[in-house]
Amino acid sequence: MIGRFFATIGRFVLDGLAGAGSIALFALNILSHLVRPPFYWREFLQSVLQIGWLSLPVVGLTAVFTGAALALQIYAGGARFSAESVVPSIVAIGMTRELGPVLGGLMVAARVASSIAAEIGTMKVTEQVDALVTLSTDPTKYLAVPRVLAAVVSVPFLVGIGDIIGIMGGWLVGTERLGFNSATYLKNTWAYLEFWDVGSGLVKGAVFGFVIAVMGCYYGMNSDRGAQGVGRATKTAVVAASVLILATNYLLTEVFFSS
Amino acid sequence: MIEIEGLKKSFGKKVVLRDVNLKVAKGESLVVIGGSGTGKSVLLKCVLGLVRPDGGKIRIDGKPVDGAEREAFLARFGMLFQGGALFDSMTVWQNVGFRLLRGSTRRPKDEARAIALDKLRRVGLGPEVADLYPAELSGGMQKRVGLARAIATDPAVIFFDEPTTGLDPIMAGVINDLIRSIVTEMGATAITITHDMISVRAIADKVAMLHEGRVHWHGTVAEMDTTDDPYVDQFIHGRAKGPITALR
Repeated sequence: MIGRFFATIGRFVLDGLAGAGSIALFALNILSHLVRPPFYWREFLQSVLQIGWLSLPVVGLTAVFTGAALALQIYAGGARFSAESVVPSIVAIGMTRELGPVLGGLMVAARVASSIAAEIGTMKVTEQVDALVTLSTDPTKYLAVPRVLAAVVSVPFLVGIGDIIGIMGGWLVGTERLGFNSATYLKNTWAYLEFWDVGSGLVKGAVFGFVIAVMGCYYGMNSDRGAQGVGRATKTAVVAASVLILATNYLLTEVFFSS
Repeated sequence: MIEIEGLKKSFGKKVVLRDVNLKVAKGESLVVIGGSGTGKSVLLKCVLGLVRPDGGKIRIDGKPVDGAEREAFLARFGMLFQGGALFDSMTVWQNVGFRLLRGSTRRPKDEARAIALDKLRRVGLGPEVADLYPAELSGGMQKRVGLARAIATDPAVIFFDEPTTGLDPIMAGVINDLIRSIVTEMGATAITITHDMISVRAIADKVAMLHEGRVHWHGTVAEMDTTDDPYVDQFIHGRAKGPITALR
């Protein structure tokens, strides 16, 4: 009984390590293709449109409501020790350092990792990926590289735009609900915001973009047969991307701000 | 031209290919028959490098197929997949001209489109389907588009994976005739895998039967019809009783 328990744990650990190694090799393979021709520009631009432009509404809506709620929370919390005036600066710092990149990344993960995994998974089970090979086209180079690069480029832009919209959500609530003067609110927002507050969030966005696209491509490429296989690949891609975003966010925050 | 020697492949404990030995001469049309799950598709995928064999050798024109040699082989190769495997995000002509729009065989867009339209005409499809998407076509039309894509760069070697599966008998006959005439006209070496005995008679110069992971029988169509091999006899006549167990 105890032996079987440890065997199960051992198998689970070994499977996990094998999976992590396989994903790491896949990611390294993508990176190596970035510096080797050919590069599929048309697929890259299409991916920028899909990942970046078409994710703007969901990222914008997430940011505006997050900024608005953050302003209310900080105001309510700050009122306990007469620090209501910190609302603009805390909203700005909170949005740019943490909430903008993390929530934006999670929303893009839900939208993009699922879409990439489902699309490539369907191509896998309908032999379209095999067809690429027979047409002298490397599936990793053709399917994964443009998507990963597009995500690395697009997600920081989405985060930047989300930061602005989130801060404006806080400003809207601050001026309309909490009685802040508009000019003072904006002045305080700028006064305490540093370049690295925004820059660190954009770097996080690029890393999250890489994580999202790699997870989508990896699970799509390794999808099992049939509709159930594609469904499982899609679900796993979103879960893995979300967990990795939260984990890498902690690591990056340690690296950027622990000192 | 294509030599397969001692090819082995297992998936876990399931042995699919035990010891496959096969030669296909240049310009020859070989049809591989055998029951479901006997490893016909795995055999093709091993040649293409889509599946890594556990053992054995594959040579094209006397050279082992690996790395750069496989890329050179694929550059003069075409394949018709069982389900068509058309790229559903591209129009019909972009599917046919996929190779002509990318890589070393890249042509100007207008020229690529003209070649694609010519290949579509060759398989009996008019220019009106060129700008449709695969999802807008019937199964038979998708197979024809797949065939047009397979021959787009006039390959020296063509593989056909179950070319008539899922088609009505008339459309199956049309596809069989197309394959035969294309292979004859182009002088291409062809390997086809199928269960369809009408296809076998229409397409094959030689027939190989896979059974229990080995080439059980190999010969011409005429020899196939007169052989007293009980396995071949059972398979080509579709008998439930015989040495091949119906339930696997």
